[in-house]
Amino acid sequence: MIDIIIGHYNYWIVILLMMAGFYTVINRGNLIKKIAGLNIFQTSVFLLYISIGYVNEGTTPIIAEGFTRYANPLPHVLILTAIVVGVSTTALGLALVVRIKRAYGTIEEDEIHDKDMSL
Amino acid sequence: MIEQNLCLLLVVIPLIAAPVTAMLPAGRSPWLFTLVITWLCFALSIWQLTIVLDGSTISYELGGWAPPWGIEYHIDALNAFVALIVSGIAAITLPYALRTVEKEIQLQETSLFYALFLLCLVGLLGIAQTGDVFNLFVFLEISSLSSYVLIAMGKQRRALTAAYQYLIMGSIGATFLLIGIGLIYAETGTLNMQDLHQRLQPILDHRTVHTGFVFMVVGIALKLALFPLHLWLPNAYKYSPSAISVFLSATATKVAVYIMLRMVFTVFSTSFLKITHTEFIFLILGAFGVIVASMAAIVQHDLKRILAYSSIAQISYMVLGMGFASTLGITATVVHVFNHALMKGALFMAAGAIVYRVGSSRFENIYGIGRQMPWTFAAIFVSGLSLIGIPGTAGFISKWYFMLAALEQQAWLIAFVILLGSLLSVVYMWKIFEALFFHRLACTAPPVTEAPLSMMLPMWTLVLANIYFGINTELTVGVAETAVRLLGVTAYHE
Repeated sequence: MIDIIIGHYNYWIVILLMMAGFYTVINRGNLIKKIAGLNIFQTSVFLLYISIGYVNEGTTPIIAEGFTRYANPLPHVLILTAIVVGVSTTALGLALVVRIKRAYGTIEEDEIHDKDMSL
Repeated sequence: MIEQNLCLLLVVIPLIAAPVTAMLPAGRSPWLFTLVITWLCFALSIWQLTIVLDGSTISYELGGWAPPWGIEYHIDALNAFVALIVSGIAAITLPYALRTVEKEIQLQETSLFYALFLLCLVGLLGIAQTGDVFNLFVFLEISSLSSYVLIAMGKQRRALTAAYQYLIMGSIGATFLLIGIGLIYAETGTLNMQDLHQRLQPILDHRTVHTGFVFMVVGIALKLALFPLHLWLPNAYKYSPSAISVFLSATATKVAVYIMLRMVFTVFSTSFLKITHTEFIFLILGAFGVIVASMAAIVQHDLKRILAYSSIAQISYMVLGMGFASTLGITATVVHVFNHALMKGALFMAAGAIVYRVGSSRFENIYGIGRQMPWTFAAIFVSGLSLIGIPGTAGFISKWYFMLAALEQQAWLIAFVILLGSLLSVVYMWKIFEALFFHRLACTAPPVTEAPLSMMLPMWTLVLANIYFGINTELTVGVAETAVRLLGVTAYHE
């Protein structure tokens, strides 16, 4: 039992971050906080991929004398791409928030909703 | 030389063209350049389809790395068909876009607009071409990110909030897909679709595989606006620039349907679908989607919003087809992907033409406008009939196959839902006909003239295609049947 909790601690962190981020996206009305939540949510997936690539007693995947076990580099490379995607999503989302703030004068979801309805 | 690299060229040409377009001086030159590129892509995709039409496949190794280690483009009839739909709709949208973009987009932003359009095309074509699940995720994000920006370029400020909402929902969907891919990779150690299929078969009862499958299906369902995950779609289509509502409504969700087909049937398998009872979930959500979205369409007071809700209902039909998990069901889905692109493309073009002349698509502003724009109204009428499924139009063919698939499995309730969905679409299409043609003019409205020829020609090309593919089903049904055979779906047995 202890083994499952301690031995997989990185996966527990992944789940914790994932749920915290996902909850923030859904629950918060502030557009910036939503983006922050989305970011945490995506970061948890990066950690998941990095954990998958780990091999027991494996070292950095560079061929060297005296090492035979290496970590799997492929998930790490994949996640570099996903990080780029995440950064662009964040940048685009924040740019949209700037434009929304200019157009509406607020970044609170319910206030934006009220302004749209009052037209 | 060209033929050997055909499937890569289809992705690389628009990819290289996009930054070039962004650097061109604002005005008509970016439009002309984009037009040439999309027509080139259209020609290449027709060529590609003729190669694989006989049921053969093309395997292209990127950079000479043999699959499953390198990225492979694996083209069969289904890939080529989806690529044809995407590039065909892009090619027909471009002539239409010229006038609407001049009116709706600021002059200095036109180069960027067309560059983003090409990027979106790259993403959608890439999804259709690739045989690697992670590559597919990257292309999905390329197309999504560019479509968020394109939607935000709409004139009204609500375009911004619509794009923001789409960005949040779309990113959650894509991240879910990413989690699914990660879990499947952890189980199999491969990302190549064909290889995944081989390696997944012995371990289909593993819990990680099931979890990964669920994440993938929910993530894709968000992208294809499957009821009840459709909330982003109506506003995104309503407030985006006219040319973009045409392009996205006809391609983006259809490509998501393709991803679902590919993931469920090629990567996993029909038997896995049945073990996990996913087909019931598809049937239930599809049936609810057809009814709820059609009802929602009926109570709208805006032309573009009715069409958007109708899109959700039509996508639900495609999901129903997947739920049958039989040859007939998937054939119906694939045929409907094509036919729906034709009818919704034509309808959104007509709606865009009205917005071009009147400046709004709300009913109170466009009452009776059909009498002043008879050709646009006639286009809405004919493609509306196709949407309902009147014999002699493309819509009838797909509805016919959906009915056949339902009757084959004696799913009477689903057959009833399919008919009810058609009846409800009569109601909301009639609401449009009534408002546009029979209602008296809004007294304050200044008289308008017919839409310009450059918008009328693409619109009527699609309308006539609706009739042509309603009579000649050789291409659509023929390709769909070949594609379904290659997906490994079998006929329904008791």
